[in-house]
Amino acid sequence: MKPNKCKRPIYMDYNATTPCDPRVVQAMLPYFHEKFGNPASRSHAYGWVAEEAVSKARRQVADLIGASPKEIVFTSGATESDNLAIKGVAQMYAEKGKHVISCVTEHKAVLDSCKRLETWGYEVSFLPVDAKGRIDLEELKSTIRKDTILVSLMAANNETGTYHPIEAIGEITRERGVLFHCDATQAIGKREIDVDKAKIDLLSLSGHKIYGPKGIGALYVRRRNPRVRLVAQIDGGGHERGMRSGTLPVTQIVGLGEACALLQENMKEEVQRVQSLRDRLEKSILEQLDYVYINGDPDNRLPSMTNLSFAYVEGESLIMGMKDLAVSSGSACTSASLEPSYVLKAAGVEDELAHSSIRFSLGRFTKEEEIDVAVGQVVSAVKRLREMSPLYELVQEGVDLKSVKWEAH
Amino acid sequence: MAYSDKVLDHYNNPRNVGSLDKKEEDVGTGIVGAPECGDVMKLQIKVDKETGQIVDAKFKTYGCGSAIASSSLATEWVKGKTINEALEIKNSDIVEELSLPPVKIHCSVLAEDAIRAAIEDYKSKQENKDTEEKAKTEDHAQEQGK
Ligand SMILES: Cc1ncc(COP(=O)(O)O)c(C=O)c1O
Ligand code: FES
Repeated sequence: MKPNKCKRPIYMDYNATTPCDPRVVQAMLPYFHEKFGNPASRSHAYGWVAEEAVSKARRQVADLIGASPKEIVFTSGATESDNLAIKGVAQMYAEKGKHVISCVTEHKAVLDSCKRLETWGYEVSFLPVDAKGRIDLEELKSTIRKDTILVSLMAANNETGTYHPIEAIGEITRERGVLFHCDATQAIGKREIDVDKAKIDLLSLSGHKIYGPKGIGALYVRRRNPRVRLVAQIDGGGHERGMRSGTLPVTQIVGLGEACALLQENMKEEVQRVQSLRDRLEKSILEQLDYVYINGDPDNRLPSMTNLSFAYVEGESLIMGMKDLAVSSGSACTSASLEPSYVLKAAGVEDELAHSSIRFSLGRFTKEEEIDVAVGQVVSAVKRLREMSPLYELVQEGVDLKSVKWEAH
Repeated sequence: MAYSDKVLDHYNNPRNVGSLDKKEEDVGTGIVGAPECGDVMKLQIKVDKETGQIVDAKFKTYGCGSAIASSSLATEWVKGKTINEALEIKNSDIVEELSLPPVKIHCSVLAEDAIRAAIEDYKSKQENKDTEEKAKTEDHAQEQGK
């Protein structure tokens, strides 16, 4: 194994968060001290300068997804965008109906917003997924009812990277007169997304997943064909056309805009580069180890990541063994619960393989050498832990683990 | 989560990894936990029949770093003890020695269970053998009585 010369571990957890691009940081800097004005101040130059910066950023965000600037509402991040979209639509359209459709593998920000609706007397149908994490479009069609007001499905899953077929979904929802909310937090910059092409009515995105700052995100809210209306979830000075009050964090907004502009410029090459790194990582690991399984849909997923289950070794101990790698086992937000990932479980991945899963997510600053170091660490750690694994030993002896009676403690 | 130095040491240099022949009469094997819970521990002891002393111990563990460290430590501790002394080892001793945080206490419980299961297995082997031997001598007696 080649030694890792840099002291910090190699970052392969871009789905959790990304470093701010230095160009983004540069763009933000003037707005902390020099151009610190409040964009709502209409009476002086400080306000005008800030307002101009916000307008530019709004256009940069809109351009990336084929929207118009007036359709962008700045929020604190994708969690807030998801909450605003789901609760805001539900409250606005309650008279039309109280049925919402989502999916079992959505992010907690969507799932828990839907669960909140249930406590408010709404009914939510959570679509199941197949072994690759895919929904069945026929099932979506048959789940839509007269009183369905919203379908919320993500563009790419944060744990497995699996894509939902957003254009086919948009086709169905538009035809049936149901609004389509898409959490595109992970897909932005990696998968082509155009809100008109995919007939998306509301779209969530987040700054810190796309080399922008944390604490900023946006919700796209369609203004025509159809015009989507929302009940605000944060009341106050009526900012963002009344949909989200609060003084605009200009620095963060400028950062998000710049991050979007950079993606717009370089997306094609970036996706190609990172995909070849991912393929190399995945292929090398699969070549050197047996009993490794790809989670998610290998043919339809984020180009930047792979989620692998290393049978007979447990994920946390594996992470401990890969000292120079920063990766995650399951979702970063659920790993504290000691529960195996609900996303993998929903796809029918056995608990044991869910415990053994590692998510490698690469990005803009991943280097080719790092892939080789990572492969070396993965292979040697898995081999070492399998030597220590009673399960691997049993399998080598030809025992079928399912035939063993285990005493769970 | 940060691991204590002792957990890291056992994880990086586990003591007594391996297997003893589970068919041997003087070997006791304990397997506890379940794959779907994310932890399975196998602990084996080899006992000197004369003295009741544990002369060797081996483990294999599928589980988190704390589970690996707990079982490694358990093998270290049982070696040289009699089986009765080994039964006195409590999971709380392991927690203390390895400075395990509350969420990892069950890993130490698993190690305690593994020690008990191994001793149990050893004891039941001896009893079976005793009854087998008894049965044999009885058979013998019967045959002779014929
Ligand atoms: C799919 C998805 N939605 C929403 C979020 C939440 O985003 P934020 O951290 O901006 O609130 C995340 C981030 O983990 C995500 O991956
Ligand atoms: S073995 Fe379950 S967390 Fe340690």
